[in-house]
Amino acid sequence: MINMQSQHLYGITALFNTPDEIIHAANEVSAKGFTRFDVNTPYPIHGMDKAMRLKNSKLGFFALAFGIFGTIASVGLMSWVTLVAYPLVIGGKPFWSWPAFVPVAFEVTVLLASVLSVLAMIVIYFKFPNNAHPLHDTTYMKRVSTDAFGICIEAKDPLFDEQMVTEFLKSLGGKDISPIRIEDSSRVLGIKLFDPKFIFILIIIAALSSGTTYFVFNKLLYMEPFNWMSKQNKLKPQAKSNFFKDHTGMRLPVEGTVARNNFPHVQTGSMDSTGIYLHNPLEVTDKVLEEGKSSYRIFCSPCHGNFGRGDSRLRGQFPNPPTLHSDKVRNLTDGQIYNIISNGQNVMPGYDLQIPRENRWKIVHYIRALQRAQNVSEKDMK
Amino acid sequence: MYNIDYKTEIPVIIGRPSGAELNETIAAPLDKYPPRKWWIAFSVTLSMLSIGAFCVIMTLYKGLGLWGVNQPVGWGFDIVNFVFWVGIGHAGTLISAILFLLRQRWRTGIARFAEAMTIFAVMCAGIFPLLHTGRQWLPLYLVPYPNQHGLWVNFTSPLLWDVFAVSTYFTVSLVFWYLGLMPDLATLRDRTSNKFKKMIYSIFSLGWRHSHRHWQHYEKAYLILAGFATPLVLSVHTIVSFDFAVSIIPGWHTTIFPPYFVAGAVFSGFAMVQNVLILVRQYFRLDHIITLDHLERMNKVILTTGMMVGYAYGMEFFIAWYSGNQFEQFVFLNRALGPYAWAYWVMVTCNVLFPQLFWIRKIRRSIPVMFIIGILVNVGMWFERFVIVVTSLSRDFLPSSWGHYIPTLYDVGILIGSFGLFFTLVLIFVRVLPVVSISEVKAVVEGAQPGHHD
Repeated sequence: MINMQSQHLYGITALFNTPDEIIHAANEVSAKGFTRFDVNTPYPIHGMDKAMRLKNSKLGFFALAFGIFGTIASVGLMSWVTLVAYPLVIGGKPFWSWPAFVPVAFEVTVLLASVLSVLAMIVIYFKFPNNAHPLHDTTYMKRVSTDAFGICIEAKDPLFDEQMVTEFLKSLGGKDISPIRIEDSSRVLGIKLFDPKFIFILIIIAALSSGTTYFVFNKLLYMEPFNWMSKQNKLKPQAKSNFFKDHTGMRLPVEGTVARNNFPHVQTGSMDSTGIYLHNPLEVTDKVLEEGKSSYRIFCSPCHGNFGRGDSRLRGQFPNPPTLHSDKVRNLTDGQIYNIISNGQNVMPGYDLQIPRENRWKIVHYIRALQRAQNVSEKDMK
Repeated sequence: MYNIDYKTEIPVIIGRPSGAELNETIAAPLDKYPPRKWWIAFSVTLSMLSIGAFCVIMTLYKGLGLWGVNQPVGWGFDIVNFVFWVGIGHAGTLISAILFLLRQRWRTGIARFAEAMTIFAVMCAGIFPLLHTGRQWLPLYLVPYPNQHGLWVNFTSPLLWDVFAVSTYFTVSLVFWYLGLMPDLATLRDRTSNKFKKMIYSIFSLGWRHSHRHWQHYEKAYLILAGFATPLVLSVHTIVSFDFAVSIIPGWHTTIFPPYFVAGAVFSGFAMVQNVLILVRQYFRLDHIITLDHLERMNKVILTTGMMVGYAYGMEFFIAWYSGNQFEQFVFLNRALGPYAWAYWVMVTCNVLFPQLFWIRKIRRSIPVMFIIGILVNVGMWFERFVIVVTSLSRDFLPSSWGHYIPTLYDVGILIGSFGLFFTLVLIFVRVLPVVSISEVKAVVEGAQPGHHD
């Protein structure tokens, strides 16, 4: 049993059968000065705004504001992107090609204006979601949901008096006049924020969503088939292949052929023979010396030092080579130095695979220039 | 021959059903266990959907090499299907927004259904460009968002405009549809005795109370949405047509494309809605709510837009000749006489010739005949997109780079899957939500509005 004392009155409702009756009733109720009343109908009735003395809906202004915001925001973003953040020349057009912005600006305007207006209506005007309203789950609500037209005068209205309102609604021809009561305890209160059940659910949701996110972004996207093109139907260097008889993926040049611009080694052989047969094919020019210098700096200077003094920068991590300014080195022929660069000597490795042939000859010229600069003869001083 | 008085308005609904009767007719099927016929239909569509799902998973796993697309035809079934499905979607918004603004009250019976079909069709359409991107797990890059690479999308590309147009269209259609559903969900909530259903309906009706203080804003919001959706529906297929029209391929580079595409979209969309509505009214016995007059009016729209499309076909040929551009001229001769001539003539027959039968009133009101014409129209419209996409790409400027496009079974499988998805969603929709707007229909029954005697 519901204890009547623990409830208080929300309002008094009456039902009508035809749209004409409800318009008349609404007109009379508002004419009498009631302000806190509502009409509930299964569908909007024409002329009810006037009967209830309602002001026009201001929703249009919301739509206008959201629409203008959408236009400004989208055009602003596109301008900033194309002018400041990521300027790209596309088809030779100016960075700020406004005609191309029209479609996106239009779409964003429509999107924001329509979606936000509906949202504003639901949140600001309707104050939804609200399933705890006293009218819910009443016979009255069931009837107006189907085919009856109802009116409800709230107890909070300053003119409200239970006796008087009941009589008044009866005089208007209302049927099923009944008071709606609010149960004090449960309904009015919403969700309890610190309910352990609620907090438990929140924690579960947080764990699930963060776990899924972690899995997707750190694991799933690196599994098959999301392999980011790392797996391809091609042979990588050193890979095995059963396609060829020797089961290696890498191919050797056909016997007896020479690749373009790749002369076979002629400098192999003794220091003596290379010294006699090889001559520097390059003229000494500023350009050759500049290029020789840059190759020397890259490949030779770490051990031999920037000026060829044997002052390594490697701080003993690799044995220091002798200076390039000794008589022995100065008396080597160009061909012999070239041979040493190409094939190496003692602990020095050969550089023929790393430095192209021409650049090795350029280095030889540069070493000669260094030797001449470090051991200046009387003749050069003049 | 027929004594029809076109001056008086035909009643929107046959008879004067009461609110309770309407509730019963529309909402009762939702409470019953689905009959055998429904399960048969559902198993068919679900099988189609699983064929498509298999092909999509294979495409994800193996890559686009499974499809028939290659140089020079890089856009094949995927783009054809995308344009086709977006087009199908257009009828819904046209019915719910444009006919609303034009105060065509007969729309109330079919609007809910057409809007749902819009949403489902756009969902089907959305699959294709996403698959077509190649690495389907990176769609976030379609959206301009601040990222650590400092990269931004190209705002001058029609493909990006498409992203905005289609996603806006989907969102606004969904909001529009949901707004219309809110009062109906409240009615269902108050009607049901099932506790679980009541909870679901309560959540989604947000606590709607049929209050006139709410109806007032609600009607305004509906009007605003209709006002925005009207240019939106025209813009979507316009922007889709920009994908083609902004390029320089002969046969694509034409200014007629935007209106031509919009007319074609409404044409195919109405044919699809008409088809499915015929099935639904038969199945749910909604003959008095979705009346023969509704279907006849839809057929008139199909006839009108069909002629607009036919005009566009003719005008394309005229402009090709009139332009004096030999590439343009070749493309159109190639369409009519080249290797894809069969597709072209299927398109012309289905889209231009068959709808002409709707001039005859008897055919406009004959359900089996209009059903077949509706199917033919959609076949024709699918082939229209095929002709536009494939013939132009397969033979453009350089004969040395011509090619021939042959779709693979995977292409066909995904197309079947998209139909499966569409009809599966339709079948689920008719079982869980009211197919006709209860509150709107109540409002247009005779005597539902106060008389003007004050």
